[in-house]
Amino acid sequence: MAIVRIRSLLAVTMLTGIYSLVVAVLFVLMDAPDVALTEAAVGAGLMVILMLGTIALTTREERPHRMRHNLMALLVVAVTGAALIYATLDMPRFGDPEAPAHVHLSPRFTQESPEEIGIPNMVTSVLASYRGIDTLGEAVVVFAAAVGVLLVLGSGAVRGRKTSGRSRGEGGDQAP
Amino acid sequence: MTWFGLYSYWIVVVLMMVGFYIVIAQGNLVKKIVGLNIFQTSAFIFFISLAWREDGTAPIALPDVTEYANPLPHVLILTAIVVGVALTAMGLALVVRVHEAYGSIEEDDIHRQDEQQ
Repeated sequence: MAIVRIRSLLAVTMLTGIYSLVVAVLFVLMDAPDVALTEAAVGAGLMVILMLGTIALTTREERPHRMRHNLMALLVVAVTGAALIYATLDMPRFGDPEAPAHVHLSPRFTQESPEEIGIPNMVTSVLASYRGIDTLGEAVVVFAAAVGVLLVLGSGAVRGRKTSGRSRGEGGDQAP
Repeated sequence: MTWFGLYSYWIVVVLMMVGFYIVIAQGNLVKKIVGLNIFQTSAFIFFISLAWREDGTAPIALPDVTEYANPLPHVLILTAIVVGVALTAMGLALVVRVHEAYGSIEEDDIHRQDEQQ
């Protein structure tokens, strides 16, 4: 990924949006249309808007910096990556119908949830019915984040900073 | 080659390490958040790839289909994406506040100003 090297934060933002779209396409290819829709809307849409707001309020260019920590960081990353690759050697093959994830709970939901709930889309019925409380918790998290953003940016407004008007506008963006 | 079927996990590991490297090595706070985002997305891809099965279709009930992708990881990741963007919004708001307080979003600048005080 070129995101590491590029110094202009505007270009980084654009690349993040493209990356999210590519990931969404990957989700479609792996039979997860609901997740792909969410990723495209939230990742490529909302995230880019938020990042544009942030770099508008801060700076657009990253300052060039010394390459001091990079060797150490590369070493840590390489060791962690090697350990993770080693861990995958025991995993079931990609797409294997006999994988443990597919034999225990999944048949119960795929076979019975259309009759039980009456919605053909199993993801929706699990999300809204079997795990409705969890989805309520998710809504609480989003609300808490919106309140937190307003609090963090609003405290600047109280002190009369010159950016406060725009920060309040940016905080309002997350409410939907 | 029995190992060839594991390539999806290796893509995930590579993406995860790219995100990890950005978080460790970059000094710019916005880039750190982008790195966290890439790390997070790699975990999403991991879960969705676990849910995929080669003989199944998308988990929407059809008359003649019996095998579907596992819907449970899809629901989990749907929730995780939304929570993730909430956390990203929070992190970016903190970056804006740091910029107001220090006038910089570079990590070493902020350290230097802290030491001078």
